[in-house]
Amino acid sequence: MQMPTPDAAILARKDQIVKRLQSVLPDGAVVHDPIQTRVYECDALTAYKCPPLCAVLPATTAEVSAVMRVCHEEGVPVVPRGAGTSLAGGALPTADSVILGVARLNDVLETDYANRMIRVQSGRTNLSVTGAVEEEGFFYAPDPSSQLACAIAGNIAMNSGGAHCLKYGVTTNNLMGVTMVMADGEVVEVGGAHLDSGGLDLLGLICGSEGQLGVVTEATLRILAKPEGARPVLVGFDSNEVAGACVSDIIKSGILPVAIEFMDRPCIRATEAFAGAGYPDCEALLIIEVEGSDAEIDDQLARIVKIARAHNPVELRESTSAEESAKIWLGRKSAFGAMGQINDYMCLDGTIPVSELPLVLRRIGEMSKEYGLDVGNVFHAGDGNMHPLILFDANKPGDLEKCEAFGADILKLCVEVGGCLTGEHGVGVEKRDLMVSQYNQTDLEIQLAVKDVFDPAWLLNPAKVFPLASTETRRAS
Amino acid sequence: MTLTTEADLAEAIVAANGPLRVQGGGTRDIGAPVDGAELSTRGLTGVTLYEPGALTLVARAGTPLSEIETLLAAEGQRLAFEPGDMRALLGTKGASTIGGVIATNASGPRRIQVGAARDFCLGVRFVDGQGQVLKNGGRVMKNVTGYDLVKLMTGSWGTLGVLTEVSLKVLAIPETEATLVCEGQSAETAVTSMAAALGSPFDVTGAAQMNGQTMIRLEGLEQSVAYRAKALQDGVLNGFDVVEGAASAALWSDLRDVTPFAGKDGAVWRISVKPSDGPALVRELGTMSPDAIYDWGGGLVWLRVADEGDAGAQMIRDDLSHIGGHATLIRASAATRASVPVFHPEPAPIAALTQGLRAKFDPRGILNPGLMGA
Ligand SMILES: Cc1cc2nc3c(=O)[nH]c(=O)nc-3n(C[C@H](O)[C@H](O)[C@@H](O)COP(=O)(O)OP(=O)(O)OC[C@H]3O[C@@H](n4cnc5c(N)ncnc54)[C@H](O)[C@@H]3O)c2cc1C
Ligand SMILES: Cc1cc2nc3c(=O)[nH]c(=O)nc-3n(C[C@H](O)[C@H](O)[C@H](O)COP(=O)(O)OP(=O)(O)OC[C@H]3O[C@@H](n4cnc5c(N)ncnc54)[C@H](O)[C@@H]3O)c2cc1C
Repeated sequence: MQMPTPDAAILARKDQIVKRLQSVLPDGAVVHDPIQTRVYECDALTAYKCPPLCAVLPATTAEVSAVMRVCHEEGVPVVPRGAGTSLAGGALPTADSVILGVARLNDVLETDYANRMIRVQSGRTNLSVTGAVEEEGFFYAPDPSSQLACAIAGNIAMNSGGAHCLKYGVTTNNLMGVTMVMADGEVVEVGGAHLDSGGLDLLGLICGSEGQLGVVTEATLRILAKPEGARPVLVGFDSNEVAGACVSDIIKSGILPVAIEFMDRPCIRATEAFAGAGYPDCEALLIIEVEGSDAEIDDQLARIVKIARAHNPVELRESTSAEESAKIWLGRKSAFGAMGQINDYMCLDGTIPVSELPLVLRRIGEMSKEYGLDVGNVFHAGDGNMHPLILFDANKPGDLEKCEAFGADILKLCVEVGGCLTGEHGVGVEKRDLMVSQYNQTDLEIQLAVKDVFDPAWLLNPAKVFPLASTETRRAS
Repeated sequence: MTLTTEADLAEAIVAANGPLRVQGGGTRDIGAPVDGAELSTRGLTGVTLYEPGALTLVARAGTPLSEIETLLAAEGQRLAFEPGDMRALLGTKGASTIGGVIATNASGPRRIQVGAARDFCLGVRFVDGQGQVLKNGGRVMKNVTGYDLVKLMTGSWGTLGVLTEVSLKVLAIPETEATLVCEGQSAETAVTSMAAALGSPFDVTGAAQMNGQTMIRLEGLEQSVAYRAKALQDGVLNGFDVVEGAASAALWSDLRDVTPFAGKDGAVWRISVKPSDGPALVRELGTMSPDAIYDWGGGLVWLRVADEGDAGAQMIRDDLSHIGGHATLIRASAATRASVPVFHPEPAPIAALTQGLRAKFDPRGILNPGLMGA
């Protein structure tokens, strides 16, 4: 993976830039010691590392604005950072960049239950947003598995999803407004406590723009009343095709589960060995969860069970209690950890039309043999968002490269069957060079033009999302 | 000449030497009147893909909305964001196209629960102001590959490009619906009732006050709707009655289409505010003797005022500048629309971004120029 050559002139001016940043921030908010900047050398895509020029930790929108003004005047690239849990290398610095971390911006600014919204500073973690409102019976719906650590800022930048987005949508569907600092330091308000835009939907554009259009410092989020209860059913099948057909039938039936999770045999075996959740040893397993009162749940589960039975499952376990629910979820929740026990893994994130599930799983199986690398599949089946986990050995020379090539082939397959490269993790640096398989040059050029409008000097997270060659002249100017 | 393919349309835009008035079904006579040659998408029709099991539909932009709704209904599905039929309100004819629905982000009462058109649009193909054919998004539910131009195009009223194809997420038509109604609440009390219902775990899919009636909608499986209706009646909606079936559905289609204002004269505003601000805003405008319908729990105010002077634009927008929100002049005489900004004026930095984007997507400024303001 290539990153741009750092600008020697910026590296040479490090002291001056650090001084200027220190002059606009409180003591201790500029991290420039080479040992300390290593904290910011990577995100959760740990294969790639590079310490930044320095990192800044502003605590207010005004401080973020001051930082952006300095960096703009100095022509220094800025890489915004939330909690650094990106799996796509979105928060990976370059040696000539300033990491702008929003971790100190973590206050709740306003909770308004009558209007079902909360306004927070963007560094607040996802789970602690729900934490701030749950006593009143509310929650913030998007629930990435990383929710304990990841920040709302990163969620907005990546338009993150979660297990429950089948019913509640992803970040963009739950985001009502942002305060954002532009590349030149200007502060703009987009959206707010009201719905939709009176003009162009800039909020929709900002969400998912991977830190390239502005630095989000505050967010207005939609909160929802917690359902009375939730319970899953676990169904095992002896083929992926049948499991796929079952998913499709459930969706068609008009029941809207909050989650339909899918695990294939390699993944089931790994999690069984790791967590011992008592999963059946079968080809494919579905966990389908519904919400409501006890009676409503019974009614919905009965309908789902009826549909599932028509597909001759090898196992069917309906939860009747909180303990049984926890047991059903246990394996799914430990899937990543279980795979990690076996080996290093790379987690992919392509999305496919649900109807292509059997074909794609079969092809992944074939490619796994060709590449000689094991792969387990665990994913959000209701919306076709796949997470193939490719196992490799980071200490074995050439294995990472082989794994990346395998991953790229899987993602290209996703695009080929009518899907996309990334459903929720973002492009970052990881899938940058694959963008050409989904978009042609004109499609990419209009996106670059959008960045030109927000960040004419291309200082915000400039080496991400687009193939480096396509952005070279812009970054250089 | 009828344009029947995307390539035709692109060619027509390349060949254009002046402003173009982009038109779908022509059911929305709104915005500052655009002086330009008509560019119609009506020849670009047809559903190109429909997978009920994947909840997705792809259609060419000129496909009549009614054709799509019929097709979906046959599979027990629908466009959940509830686009309205504004013909009676606006006194227009024609048939709405799916491209027009997406171009205007047309969304009805269910917006508060499931989202707007923008939340259901998965992908677009469009032709920009230079005649370039572009695509963004796709036909899958989750997609964060590159910038979300799908959202940007949705609700851009044909000022950034002409949509040629859209992919949509669809949802099942629920087994049943019911509405809890209560007569004679003040607007403030109604909004409080709505907030209580929307803040309950009972999955309310509509909350409005129309013709003096507060209405709370529930949809879903039969048992579940009955259970939730009772829970609300026993709780925060004490004193509300239940209306079921066709009578319930009629209430919401009337609301969606703003039927109470259809036969009456005057200018009509569509105002989006924080729900609890709705009634106070209307009270502030008392000197205009407005007629108001509250949707979205109070957050969407349909306001009918006399079509005189600026139709209240200054007053409404002054108020909104303090409380936040936006007001669009949906219906007014051409003269009023020519002199009053129909779309909500944007603060300078936002307006600069908007103009910057327009200049990239339509450098010649030929697509619906002036429609959304400068
Ligand atoms: C201000 C306003 C707010 C509205 N709000 C709502 C609402 O809340 N709920 C609701 O249900 N309905 C609403 N509507 C109505 C909504 O716009 C129509 O329902 C829509 O379906 C019109 O379809 P049409 O094909 O008749 O479009 P037309 O009347 O032909 O066009 C409508 C607008 O969309 C543009 N347009 C049409 N087709 C395309 C295309 N293919 N590509 C690019 N641009 C195109 C046109 O240039 C025009 O600006 C609103 C209308 C207005 C004027
Ligand atoms: C174990 C694990 C499980 C995960 N599960 C999920 C999951 O279920 N669903 C899912 O969607 N993702 C998941 N992720 C990915 C990751 O957690 C999300 O992408 C998350 O939103 C990143 O948030 P962050 O605060 O850590 O952002 P960071 O990693 O710090 O940054 C991510 C991106 O956001 C940008 N950014 C950060 N702050 C700002 C700001 N203030 N303004 C503008 N841009 C900014 C950065 O520049 C970068 O491009 C998972 C990751 C891990 C490690």
